[in-house]
Amino acid sequence: MAGLDKRVGSYEEALAGLTDGMTVLAGGFGLCGIPENLIAEIRRRGVRDLTVVSNNCGVDGFGLGVLLEDRQIRKMIASYVGENALFEQQLLSGELEVELTPQGTLAEKLRAGGAGIPAFYTATGYGTPVADGKEVREFKGRKYILEEAITGDFAIVKGWKADHFGNVVYRHTAQNFNPLVAAAGRITVVEVEEIVEPGELEPSQIHTPGIYVDRIIQGSFEKRIEKRTLRS
Amino acid sequence: MALTREQMAQRVARELKDGYYVNLGIGIPTLVANYVPEGMQVMLQSENGLLGMGPFPSEEELDADMINAGKQTVTALPGAAIFSSAESFAMIRGGHVDLTVLGAFEVDVQGNIASWMIPGKLVKGMGGAMDLVAGAENIIVTMTHASKDGESKLLERCTLPLTGAGCIRKVLTDLAYLEIEDGAFILRERAPGVSVAEIAEKTAGRLIVPEHVPEMAF
Repeated sequence: MAGLDKRVGSYEEALAGLTDGMTVLAGGFGLCGIPENLIAEIRRRGVRDLTVVSNNCGVDGFGLGVLLEDRQIRKMIASYVGENALFEQQLLSGELEVELTPQGTLAEKLRAGGAGIPAFYTATGYGTPVADGKEVREFKGRKYILEEAITGDFAIVKGWKADHFGNVVYRHTAQNFNPLVAAAGRITVVEVEEIVEPGELEPSQIHTPGIYVDRIIQGSFEKRIEKRTLRS
Repeated sequence: MALTREQMAQRVARELKDGYYVNLGIGIPTLVANYVPEGMQVMLQSENGLLGMGPFPSEEELDADMINAGKQTVTALPGAAIFSSAESFAMIRGGHVDLTVLGAFEVDVQGNIASWMIPGKLVKGMGGAMDLVAGAENIIVTMTHASKDGESKLLERCTLPLTGAGCIRKVLTDLAYLEIEDGAFILRERAPGVSVAEIAEKTAGRLIVPEHVPEMAF
């Protein structure tokens, strides 16, 4: 790494400094746009007691689901976690803690975290179990709850293309939570399908500007499809 | 006869208006897309970050990077826009979506909705449902009128943990179309061949029956 060239040579280097007990923010929606190889590297490193923030927790044997196999996740903050049997098993046995968060609130917590806003009021969840223990305030006759921002020690991101400055574009709906976690990580690591020359990406079309990104690596991806649905 | 899932989708589709932006939940709501009236333009929003969702792909169009909020592979129509989850929920929370259609376990006469959690059963999460019901002005809940055991799902007060408080005004069940006003369900339409008496019997919450309750036609 030199100057503003964020490229690293290996996945090991990409996650250097990741240790037990850290908070990891992961992009992706279901299995779409997940940082597959960075997740595999977390598994290889064997770090434990992680708090993982991600909309979902993968499936058995793929995505974040693989981190459950060696019990590396202590706490999961997510909006929907129904897709893996191992998750259910560890949740019921008490090995795994889960904090279910409405999807839009989760997105905004991450956006706020990256933007330096400590908390915000939202109507989402008012009158539901999500509001338990949270400050309630009325604005213009409507009740809102106070939700706190989320930041992480590491953010792991899947992009489509990036230049070595760390400017990233995402492909189709693989964008989802990726630009949000990218901005909210203390160390943000982005893996992409292709690293291109500076100037190849149209500056006005950049989704994640390089200022948020610390490390870039090019990988190859399986891109597993969770629900293959075809027109009949 | 109780409405089929397709008839329920067809009935909901009559609430669409030209130029609407619509978010359809999983299950029966998804089927509404098949019944958009001819000549009407609506744009479907999928909360994972897609506005202008098209039909499922052909084998050639199949793309792992193009999915809907139910994680199914989809297509994007010409004129679609794709954005982050924060932008997507800004649209939803900010009240920019004209109509939201989603399922539920229970609704009550105060407009409360329970749709995500059954105590004692594994809780999978609320996904985007809490944001959708908090953000939308215009919501239609689709569900069966009663459970398989015959228990009413239209209650005086929801028994399950809520998804949202006081946010539901319209409910379409397999037996009836009802509106919620001033602490009661108002019976607006009934399914073909379903009597007011049957609907009343299966509605646990306070029910107001206007003098004339038209039968839906398909």
